[in-house]
Amino acid sequence: MPLQGKRILVGKPGLDGHDAGAKIIALTLRDAGAEVIYTGLRKTPDYIARVAVDEDVDAVGLSVLSGSHKELVGLTREKLDEFGAGDIPIFLGGTIPKQDYQELESRGVAAIFTAEMPLDQVVATIERILR
Amino acid sequence: MDVPPVVTADMVNSADPGVPGQAPYTRGIFKDGYRGRLWTFRQYSGFGTAEGTNERYRFLLEKGSTGLSVALDLPTQCGYDPDDPMSAGEVGKVGVSLSNLAEAEILFDGIDLGSISTSITINGSAAIVYAMYVAVADKTGVPRAALTGTIQNDILKEYCARGTWIFPVRPSMRLIADTILYSNEHTPRFNPISIAGAHVRDAGVDEVEELGYTLANGLAYVDELVARGADPNRFARRLSFFFYVHMNFFEEIAKFRAGRRLWARLLKERYGVTDPKALMFRFGVVCGGSSLTAAQPYNNIARVAIENMAAVFGGAQSVFTCAHDEAYQIPTEFSAETALRTQQILAYESGIDKTVDPLGGSYYVEWLTEKMEQKAEQVIGELEQYGGVEKCIEDGYLQARIAASARERKVRTDNGDRVVVGENAFRSNGDGENEFGEVFRFDPAASGKVIEKLERVRQTRDNAEADRCLSALEKAASGNSKNLLPYLVECCHAYATVGEMVGRLKNQWGEFREPVRL
Repeated sequence: MPLQGKRILVGKPGLDGHDAGAKIIALTLRDAGAEVIYTGLRKTPDYIARVAVDEDVDAVGLSVLSGSHKELVGLTREKLDEFGAGDIPIFLGGTIPKQDYQELESRGVAAIFTAEMPLDQVVATIERILR
Repeated sequence: MDVPPVVTADMVNSADPGVPGQAPYTRGIFKDGYRGRLWTFRQYSGFGTAEGTNERYRFLLEKGSTGLSVALDLPTQCGYDPDDPMSAGEVGKVGVSLSNLAEAEILFDGIDLGSISTSITINGSAAIVYAMYVAVADKTGVPRAALTGTIQNDILKEYCARGTWIFPVRPSMRLIADTILYSNEHTPRFNPISIAGAHVRDAGVDEVEELGYTLANGLAYVDELVARGADPNRFARRLSFFFYVHMNFFEEIAKFRAGRRLWARLLKERYGVTDPKALMFRFGVVCGGSSLTAAQPYNNIARVAIENMAAVFGGAQSVFTCAHDEAYQIPTEFSAETALRTQQILAYESGIDKTVDPLGGSYYVEWLTEKMEQKAEQVIGELEQYGGVEKCIEDGYLQARIAASARERKVRTDNGDRVVVGENAFRSNGDGENEFGEVFRFDPAASGKVIEKLERVRQTRDNAEADRCLSALEKAASGNSKNLLPYLVECCHAYATVGEMVGRLKNQWGEFREPVRL
């Protein structure tokens, strides 16, 4: 089990209601051995960061398909840092145009996953980041 | 679906599917099919400000679009005003911001609502947006009875696939029934609901589940209306449906033929509906969605053309073809035009409209239609056995079932069972890198402009009147005896905002609590 012993939060920040991707990832990470905390829809960055700290997670995964990823990732990163969890990496999934990658990475996104990326590769990437 | 290598006459139960225009309408709801009238080309569009979107609507109409389809932003869909903290980063993103009547007046400026049909993808706040549409018509002197179009107004699938719910299930069902009953009375040519399997499909379920869930939800609305004392022979004439078409060409066609037959039969068996118009299963479709890929985006033009054909062989009343860049951005004018041209090529060059249901009588298509009908009815039975769709949703059962299907589709794509050209097969060099043509540039000032306009409305309207209307709405919502639509129309006329109206209703009803279950 590549993610045995890891605790990972999968969150849906903002108002986007497309949760198929987030749930696919949550189910996949759980089967890869991780303990997954899935927040459900429409959570604020503040809420997500608080849960991440309370639950002492190893990573936060955010799913955004509404085009608001830059704002929502930035706000979540700020909140995590504010709560003293600057070391928790964020990974991001959704409809993320290539031209945004650089800016997102500079805002502290450890990995970006798009719909077509094979799930094995998602798990391997997270494993590498958390190693 | 597993299909035999060849289908012969003896494998089809009823070799004769009847004639178009006669119940149960397997071959179509009109006897003359598209010869009488082509399907509506309805391109979904909306972004940023009402001004910018109005410009795009005029562009699409000028290019030959025959109906409008309004995309609203998430704050409007979820019932938040643009200056609400929950709206941060979301204003004008996936659609246009429409917080009050002043914005609606700008959005439809110069467009005669009496001569165009408008489809609005709105659910949680559908009653409010519909009320706003009626108010714009009032303001511009268009008789309410002349309004044609559709609001989606299908909350049940929001709880399980699309996520723009606001209130708990019970009061939401009441609000939907209120809208349908009011619309039948005041805007008789308007479709007050479009029962949509599309989003469940796009989330990852197959055609069978899409059809089964959609019809199960449809029956739940019929039950609600019948419980209110409404006559199904009347209101069922105005129920409409909405589906996705993905790449399983023949299954998609069979899905629509089976849907028509099954819906007519269920209405007849369960509610004794006899009115031929009430038995008609009318539907719009969207071609594209998650069948499109961000890799090699021009491939999507071919996909959408094939899906468009399936929709037309299936007898769709209206079709929206996604633009090829829609997998990663709001379409540009170029890509939006190409998507519309795809429909026009099919309609005016291919001859597909020359005869009704050209595939009728094909052993394979009839066999598939029968299978689809049986399997969809089985899905309906499973949900009813669990306790009905409301219980399925409140328990999170349906959501978990959809998530499992979504994952299965993803796994089948990863392992190559489901071939996606350019993505998991026949990839280009450069790691399937998007070859972006023109890029849509989102106006970064849109959100600020929208909030500024909202502040101006709050300053210039008669605030005492807005408050009076809102209080009357809240009082009516506290009991069960009143239809809320007249109150909502009044609130809209007083320039009350979506957030204000939703806020008053939340005071009485609370909010839906999502069951989080994996």
